[in-house]
Amino acid sequence: MSVSQTTFHTALLDPSQAVPDGLVDASEHPAGRRFSVYRNNVAVSLTEAMYQAFPVITKLLGTQNMDGLSGIFLRQHPPTSPMMMFYGEAFPEFLAGMPQLSHLGYLPDIARLELALRQSYHAADSTPAPADALAVAPDEVMQATLEFAPSMRVIRSEWPIYSIWRFNTQENAPKPQAGAEGVLVTRPEYDPAPHLLPAGGADWIAEMMAGQTIGQAYENTSATTPEFDLGATLALLLQGGALTSVTIERLA
Amino acid sequence: MLDNAIRSNRLPAAPGVGYKPQHFQQILDHAHPVAWLEIHAENYMGDGGRPLAQLRHLSEQFPISVHGVGLSIGGETPLDPDHLARLKHLVGWLNPASFSEHLAWSTHDSHFLNDLLPLPYTDATLDRVCQHIDQVQEVIGRQMLLENPSSYLAFEESTWSEPDFLREIARLTGCGLLLDVNNVFVSATNLDFSPQGYIDAYPLDKVGEIHLGGHDEDEDDHGRPLLIDSHGREVVDPVWTLLDYALDQSGPKPILIEWDTDVPDWPVLRAEADRAQAALDRVPA
Repeated sequence: MSVSQTTFHTALLDPSQAVPDGLVDASEHPAGRRFSVYRNNVAVSLTEAMYQAFPVITKLLGTQNMDGLSGIFLRQHPPTSPMMMFYGEAFPEFLAGMPQLSHLGYLPDIARLELALRQSYHAADSTPAPADALAVAPDEVMQATLEFAPSMRVIRSEWPIYSIWRFNTQENAPKPQAGAEGVLVTRPEYDPAPHLLPAGGADWIAEMMAGQTIGQAYENTSATTPEFDLGATLALLLQGGALTSVTIERLA
Repeated sequence: MLDNAIRSNRLPAAPGVGYKPQHFQQILDHAHPVAWLEIHAENYMGDGGRPLAQLRHLSEQFPISVHGVGLSIGGETPLDPDHLARLKHLVGWLNPASFSEHLAWSTHDSHFLNDLLPLPYTDATLDRVCQHIDQVQEVIGRQMLLENPSSYLAFEESTWSEPDFLREIARLTGCGLLLDVNNVFVSATNLDFSPQGYIDAYPLDKVGEIHLGGHDEDEDDHGRPLLIDSHGREVVDPVWTLLDYALDQSGPKPILIEWDTDVPDWPVLRAEADRAQAALDRVPA
């Protein structure tokens, strides 16, 4: 009796299915519990990959709930590549679609932040622009366009995700207060870290990434967020090594 | 000696360990750490960051063995071309001393299962595995080593013994073999055959590397021992004895200590490597 990988695969993922005929022990008896070793290896290794990928979500939900959710997620969105370091991209949307988690509306954005930290960790290296790259006349600063490090990530949220993340990863962090927060992930050297962006900061970075000048992006951002603090936003980017080049178009 | 080992594109017949990032500083600070290091290919296929920076640094001082865990060489479906391209890139820039993979499958229908799954030893499997190995060796432009698995069960349909199957694969593809002595012990216990008989039948002249690791003990439905390859503890004494038995026939080989879960502090891992050195010391070169 031959056992195809399709048959093996189906039985592997569904413990309610019988062990395929044709798998035996040394005495030619049906493999029984021996097959469970493979079932268990697959389930445990993938669940552990989820814990490692989403430690704050695991802490917020508790391991028992995380086990249950991971089981459902792994069935709906199995890994499609051996690159487990990037697994879980669909997890934020999956969390957002679970009705029983709707009272924890911030979970999907926390998962996005954890994904962003992991992507940043593995992103290509880059050389930061010199610290004095923007030390030019103010009207020239306004004409500048910027390029960002591949390790930079921006996550915006209606929830206080930076405060929630910090409260669950650092001792003595203040309790989160309600309110929208944008987060900037930068990676000076090799350790990605999240930073709270000033109001409007995420909008301004999005405009800059679309190729606007600092001045145009500042005008557009200030129109919707009058309190936007350009200086503080630029300081976070420079300190985090997130700017890789500054281009100033001088008028001829 | 290290330089020669790198240039000759082979691992030295000395102990190495599976590299874990938590040991980075101790390996660099240690006057006589180990002779070589092995990495899991898939952990170094990102675009940059600390993993690649550490690997670049280590590769200047140590011969590196790249050990793949995700190619699914025994898979019924074609090899993933994207993954092959990533492997070609890694092997290309790193120019490691060795590349090895497993006689197993881990992907089906584009679904990666993150485990090494067993194969029936039939003519059909032989053809498929050989085609895949030919393809890998063609893409990376070098010989690869193929590792014997840990088995928990057998396929009724198998018509080849595992040593004969591996010998035939090596003959048809020109690949070398990676002899995992712990896997031989685990499979021999689980499938009730003689581990020494397995070694006697194994084409030891094709072996480019030996693996040693720890296993866990469980029981099957009939209360018989069921050993599970876990790489989470010390190598047990009967496996060291089996290593001596293999080395007596093969002569000195590169020996790797694998410890992937519950990773110990460096001195514990280093002590296992010292024990492998002692095993090598008693073998005439």
